[in-house]
Amino acid sequence: MSKSNFTRRGMLKTSALAGAGVALPTIFTASSAAAYMNEPKGGSVTLGFNVPQTGAYADEGADELRAYELAVEHLNGGGDGGMMNTFSSKALQGNGILGKKVEYVTGDTQTKSDAARASAKSMIEKDGAIMITGGSSSGVAVAVQGLCQEAGIIFMAGLTHSNDTTGKDKKANGFRHFFNAYMSAAALAPVLKNRYGADRKAYHLTADYTWGWTQEESIAAATEEMGWETVNKVRTPLAATDFSSYIAPVLNSGADVLVLNHYGGNMVNSLTNAVQFGLREKMVNGKQFEIVVPLYSRLMARGAGENVKGILGSTNWHWSLTDEASQAFVKSFGEKFGFPPSQAAHTCYVQTLLYADACERAGTFNPCGIGEALEGFEFDGLGNGPTLYRAGDHQCFKDVLVVKGKENPTSEFDLLEVVEITPRAQVEYPVDHPMFAGGALGACNAG
Amino acid sequence: MLGLNKKDTLLFWIVAALALLAPFILNPFPEGSSLAQMFNAGYPDLMQRFVIFGILVIGFNILFGLTGYLSFGHAAFLGIGSYSAVWMFKLVGMNVIPAILLAMIVSGVFALLIGYISLRRSGIYFSILTLAIAQMCYNLAYSVLGNPSSNFNLTNGETGLQLSLDDARILGESVTAEGALPVTNFFGLAMRSSYQMDVGGWLFTFNAGYYLSAIIMLVSFYVSIRIFRSPFGLMLRAVKSNQQRMNYTGLNTRPYILAAFVISGIYAGLAGGLLSSMDPLAGAERMHWTASGEIVIMAILGGVGTLIGPVLGAGFNEYFKNILSKINDNVLHDWLGFLPDGFENLLVGFLHYFVGKGWHLTLGIMFMLVIIFLPGGLVQGGQRIARLFRRKKNSDETQQTPAE
Repeated sequence: MSKSNFTRRGMLKTSALAGAGVALPTIFTASSAAAYMNEPKGGSVTLGFNVPQTGAYADEGADELRAYELAVEHLNGGGDGGMMNTFSSKALQGNGILGKKVEYVTGDTQTKSDAARASAKSMIEKDGAIMITGGSSSGVAVAVQGLCQEAGIIFMAGLTHSNDTTGKDKKANGFRHFFNAYMSAAALAPVLKNRYGADRKAYHLTADYTWGWTQEESIAAATEEMGWETVNKVRTPLAATDFSSYIAPVLNSGADVLVLNHYGGNMVNSLTNAVQFGLREKMVNGKQFEIVVPLYSRLMARGAGENVKGILGSTNWHWSLTDEASQAFVKSFGEKFGFPPSQAAHTCYVQTLLYADACERAGTFNPCGIGEALEGFEFDGLGNGPTLYRAGDHQCFKDVLVVKGKENPTSEFDLLEVVEITPRAQVEYPVDHPMFAGGALGACNAG
Repeated sequence: MLGLNKKDTLLFWIVAALALLAPFILNPFPEGSSLAQMFNAGYPDLMQRFVIFGILVIGFNILFGLTGYLSFGHAAFLGIGSYSAVWMFKLVGMNVIPAILLAMIVSGVFALLIGYISLRRSGIYFSILTLAIAQMCYNLAYSVLGNPSSNFNLTNGETGLQLSLDDARILGESVTAEGALPVTNFFGLAMRSSYQMDVGGWLFTFNAGYYLSAIIMLVSFYVSIRIFRSPFGLMLRAVKSNQQRMNYTGLNTRPYILAAFVISGIYAGLAGGLLSSMDPLAGAERMHWTASGEIVIMAILGGVGTLIGPVLGAGFNEYFKNILSKINDNVLHDWLGFLPDGFENLLVGFLHYFVGKGWHLTLGIMFMLVIIFLPGGLVQGGQRIARLFRRKKNSDETQQTPAE
């Protein structure tokens, strides 16, 4: 048993200790020496590239990482400069950012919010990263964006297509270049009407997380407006790899269009399953059965192979675009890695350049200064034509591409053809649009 | 001291010293060196994970180590604790104490329910039952209770439950004066505030959240020692060695096992509450069956049924998970730069498969090596080394039975 003796001296000692303990908080609120979180002190500045290296979106993650490598090389003055030469803002000199050499650290988000936060935290706390970028899932992007807001770090979202990223979960420290589900729906709906008619019955298979939900909502709203009927909406887990049990009920539902709100490995598997079940040869209600994949990428088209022929979808960017900027990017990416970049690579490369450029124009790495430099920023020459970073929700507005799986591909990369370039005006929406309502940017946080 | 025998007191002080001096121990390399960039683990997030997962596995060990009942669904309690804590932050206030208390209570209630059902079976059937129930919890959290468009959004699905600016927080403020989210705190001491000490080339970070977790871990560790040494602990051990014989003597063992199950559930809930207190986001992946599996792996890595094993196993697993996944080809080139070019590229090409996205593979190999050569976990490794030294000193000493 324990013995305890209360003596006067003992009490004094204990209370002195306790007093010191109470006083601690005032001492321990340190790290006020720097003007903002992770202010770069030496001759270099560290960026954190947080991408999925395992999980359903690993292919996209690998391509994003390549793009980041290329962007860092260009920022430090290596290579041929890529889109830095075509970018309308000429603040970047090829001598790093604000004269500091750009270094980077990488991490694995595992396509999971928890793991992504842990990885981002280690970049911020251990490696002193001044900006976090990447992510290939909206769930992850929203979670990491929240973390960066709390930590006082800028988050440049990579591939995230959910309305929520710049809608209900928008944050002052977070910025998105990629388009979103609403824009996909707005661009895709008229094309669908032209090709498949106004009298269709749609069946949705949806990845069960923020992106899937908002895309399903957006596509259903846009198609219903033009006269389609939504027969059913079925949610599938993000980690699912076999969708046959979800495809079978489609056959008996009376639907004549299947909308796959899936991305990455999910879409490759679900589309393959759907084709194996012979959905594309079916005639339902006297009409040819059609499959639509609202968000498309070359990597997915490649994964799904033959099955993508003739299937419609939308994309943020495609390497076959012939403008000068896209050509410059495809050239330098191709020279370094031996194949053309995906839309994920493009948006990540552009985000890194936009961040660096904002630092140069603001003359500081302070997140609040960078935020001001990016808000309302109009630019061109990054592959999407004239683009606006809207101040109200930190979303980029630009043209959207409607694409189709090529019937006769000439190479293993030439899988998509651009059907239509939907002008920016057609996909714009007000900041307080119901699908985006419910959140607030809040104030910028510098840590 | 405090009702511990001499050996346990020593063990307790060793763990206490390890925990309290962790910022020094985990930062052996000077700041800025390339070794530091990779191997230093003395940053708040990872240190917090060490002790929090330590608590989780200490609790798991009370069930698995003492009674031999292998729960394959322990992550469910971690998740339930996390969600409870975040809801406390959303509704009541940002002080971590009420959040942690609620996390412990809610996970204790769940453990009572789940334990009551699953403990009707033992052995593999018990494991499968717990696994199934945990997966049900996961699916509920991931999908059914987590759809933002429904009226009842308890978990926010895949994105994870987060704080937002329009939360109620009746005992605190919804938004700070600067328009930001308030931070989690312990009576005003922010969990993320840290004090940094520059000593020569070294930079040591003392983080408030870490020290709170470490102290709670020490208390949990102490309680676990007391349970191990108590008559109750003895009863649990008896269950492990022969439950049938216990039953034949007319003793009903189920209440004892249920108590152990609830205690270990509360430990897991405490760990979950702490995780949310350090970083107020609760994701459903925390409850996935792979997370449960990881708890089992940590316990086995450290040494099942030992006191210090869980802490070591949790530390080992978290450390390598974080370090390996961050090594990329560039880092490898940096390290191996001294080799001839062709050989360097070959070696980097080979090692490429074991780091970055291949971290699962390396961790798996390490786990296999430990299980094959040290079936008693890392604790057995320590004992072997200790015995090696002891034998040198006085070789005539009779071999001791291994420590707990």
